Amino acid sequence: MLAFIIQRLLQSILVMLTVGLIAFGLFRYVGDPISNLVGQETSLAERDALRERLGLNDPFFVQFARFAANAAQGEFGYSYRHRRPVEDVIAERLPATMELSLVAALLALAVGVPMGIYTGLHRYGVISRAFLTVSLVGISIPTFLIGILLILLFGVELRWLPTFGRGEVVHLGWWSTGFLTTSGLQALIMPSITLALFQMTLIMRLVRSEMLEVLRTDYIKFARARGLTNRTVHFGHALKNTLVPVITITGLQLGSIIAFAIITESVFQWPGMGLMFIQAINDVDIPVMAAYLCLIGFVFVVINLVVDMLYYLVDPRLRVDRAVAAGHPG
Amino acid sequence: MRFGHFAAALALGVATAASAQADTTFRWAFQGDVQYVDPHSLNETFTLGTLGNIYEALSWYDRDLNLIPSLAESWENVEPTKWIFHLRQGVTFHNGNPFTADDVIFSWQRTLTEGSDMKGYGRKATAINKIDDHTIEVITPTPNPILPRDWVFMYIMDKEWSEANNTAEATNVKGGNEGNYASLHTNGTGPFKMVDRQIGVRMLLERNQDYWQDIPSNVDQVIFTPIAQDATRVAALISGDVDLVYPVPVQDWGRLEAAAGVKPLAGPEARTIFLGMDQDRDELLYSDIKGANPFQDQRVRLAFAHAIDIEAIRRKIMRTASYPTGLLIGPAINGYNAEVDSRWPLDVDRAQALMAEAGYADGFEVTMDCPNDRYVNDEAICQAVAAMLARIGVTVNLLAQTKSKYFGKVLAQADFDTSFYLLGWTPSSLDAHNPLYNLMSCRSDDTGAGLFNLGGYCNARVDELAALVEKETDPAQRQAYIDEAFQIHWDEVGHIPLHQQPLSWGVRDGIELAQRADNVLDLRNVMIVE
Repeated sequence: MLAFIIQRLLQSILVMLTVGLIAFGLFRYVGDPISNLVGQETSLAERDALRERLGLNDPFFVQFARFAANAAQGEFGYSYRHRRPVEDVIAERLPATMELSLVAALLALAVGVPMGIYTGLHRYGVISRAFLTVSLVGISIPTFLIGILLILLFGVELRWLPTFGRGEVVHLGWWSTGFLTTSGLQALIMPSITLALFQMTLIMRLVRSEMLEVLRTDYIKFARARGLTNRTVHFGHALKNTLVPVITITGLQLGSIIAFAIITESVFQWPGMGLMFIQAINDVDIPVMAAYLCLIGFVFVVINLVVDMLYYLVDPRLRVDRAVAAGHPG
Repeated sequence: MRFGHFAAALALGVATAASAQADTTFRWAFQGDVQYVDPHSLNETFTLGTLGNIYEALSWYDRDLNLIPSLAESWENVEPTKWIFHLRQGVTFHNGNPFTADDVIFSWQRTLTEGSDMKGYGRKATAINKIDDHTIEVITPTPNPILPRDWVFMYIMDKEWSEANNTAEATNVKGGNEGNYASLHTNGTGPFKMVDRQIGVRMLLERNQDYWQDIPSNVDQVIFTPIAQDATRVAALISGDVDLVYPVPVQDWGRLEAAAGVKPLAGPEARTIFLGMDQDRDELLYSDIKGANPFQDQRVRLAFAHAIDIEAIRRKIMRTASYPTGLLIGPAINGYNAEVDSRWPLDVDRAQALMAEAGYADGFEVTMDCPNDRYVNDEAICQAVAAMLARIGVTVNLLAQTKSKYFGKVLAQADFDTSFYLLGWTPSSLDAHNPLYNLMSCRSDDTGAGLFNLGGYCNARVDELAALVEKETDPAQRQAYIDEAFQIHWDEVGHIPLHQQPLSWGVRDGIELAQRADNVLDLRNVMIVE
């Protein structure tokens, strides 16, 4: 077990370095940060001096080595745009993205799982077909379009919900939350639906197919033969067994939700990390871009690591297989 | 409801953004944020213009961009290189400190510190001497007839406050004082104080009750939000979440006209959009003509000018909202003269004849650089230009890209890596000398002249005139020099001006405001009528 974890950790470090290198390599193609830092009438000599001070004249690998060494100590430098340490800027934006992602994930589960069960149990029902059709729409319309459509319907036409922003927030220590104000909760509705829709349809289809699979198995037939009620069979035996892959996928998708929040956040001007990243691209704010990409890379690495370790603990077959390979026939 | 949760938040004993009565709160949105609140950090119109509600300078622009006194009550040019400014008495900063000559001298010195992006303004003076607490004497390196105009955006900070907070030098992106106090806090003399700000999210202003003059505005609180997405910004206005948004995409004007309670607000912007051609290199970087540069032939440039159908661009692309021009400056600019503003008429036959005369009867190929997110419909204009030039045999390969990529390619730092380009220009001083110096003068690494003359147009007489315009204090003579320079530039087709792009704002009914041609929102003029 320990060797397994160490091996995984080493792999993770390699992945992080690769992410950093690729990200850093991309920055050469996003434009010239200096143009965004000075006004149009700033002289060439002053521009060059600034470039030198920012270390942008150094060779690529020198810049990358400096970045990696600082990043390893948790230092990402100063944002060109915010003129504050990047860690502070990210900490300020983190709560907005986390709250949005959390609500979206819960929403996807709370709606997706029951819909999946229903469509699995009533394969040919009218409502099932309706759910499946709707889910097809949800999976095929791009996120930004769903966001704009929601804004037009609930923001502009019906005027029930605010069209942009996070409403008013309450600060609890360094964490800012929108959960405690009415406007904060209202502002959360449309972005979280937009962000959840894709995952919701994914979970629904996953639960449905797992459900169909499990219902065909022998132990369900035995359960029925024992005369158990439908309710017990469906929810006590079938559902339990469908949930293992669902939990795995949901866990892995949590990373995607956080990463894909970029689009939702920019449509709704949601002041989270995704919006910060988009603004950083516009401003060619390299320290912020680098830190964000590393953070997202880190989130994926951690989630994968945790999932791998859970597999190891949860799934006895993994361990048994190794035992077999080592020469203890079962 | 608003009050309810405000009270709840107070009861929780935690800080929350204050909400006030809706009737005196003005909410507005722009596509980007105020870049920095340190007034000497960035010389950019939107940032400086918006900060003009918090900080003030010696002079200011009124709603029609006329120069008016602000922190200086009056000024006189007593000798060619000496100005006297009489400062306003009884003005206080937001922290209560009185405004005096020392603050002006301090602020001027601060614009010359390393992190400052306003050094160009600071260098307009070699010394500022204090005569008494409310009179200063400014010595300029050369005679400068437009000094008060040059300093409209050179904002005055409180010396005592700056020194006490260790922010006596301009905030620098990298110089050890990045997290400097003045980049997070403000203390001006303006009609509004900054109460709260989260970069890229929102800025909250409150009325300065001790403001030194009466202004039309009845606004007590201002909430500014950057909204980057065009569709979201327009939706926010129509839904009533904000009172003013800009810019509004020209194609959305119909929507605003159709929607109840809002309307589009248009006018000519001080920015002129124009085409430029590389006349400097002996062979174009991006063309199939080798060993020669067709743009060095005035007939080719003239042919291009005659091939542009500006009316079609105005009607089809700009929805009739642009203002075609033959000059690099529009009517809002000091020194504009309608008598020398004429366009080359659309004349494809003449253009073809000129091309043939120049030896390019079969045309040639050239790459055009164009931004696609900087000016109103910039990429569409470039596409139209390419189609129009095809009629005289010129094949334009359009390279349209995002502004940071575009500017990174065409500007001086990439050694003007372009053959043919579209650019827009607002003279920051709103004076004709600015484009004469930056766009029309021969490029010089020593003086910094022609830094934005991307095509390297060069005429010794225009240079001479630019120098004369800079120093001439007699208005009539100065105008004569300006007219002569613009006439030469026009005759030689140094650039091909297209139009002044429209300002495009969207505003809720019941809001009265002035739409300034430099695209700056002056909150002094904002009134909430209902």
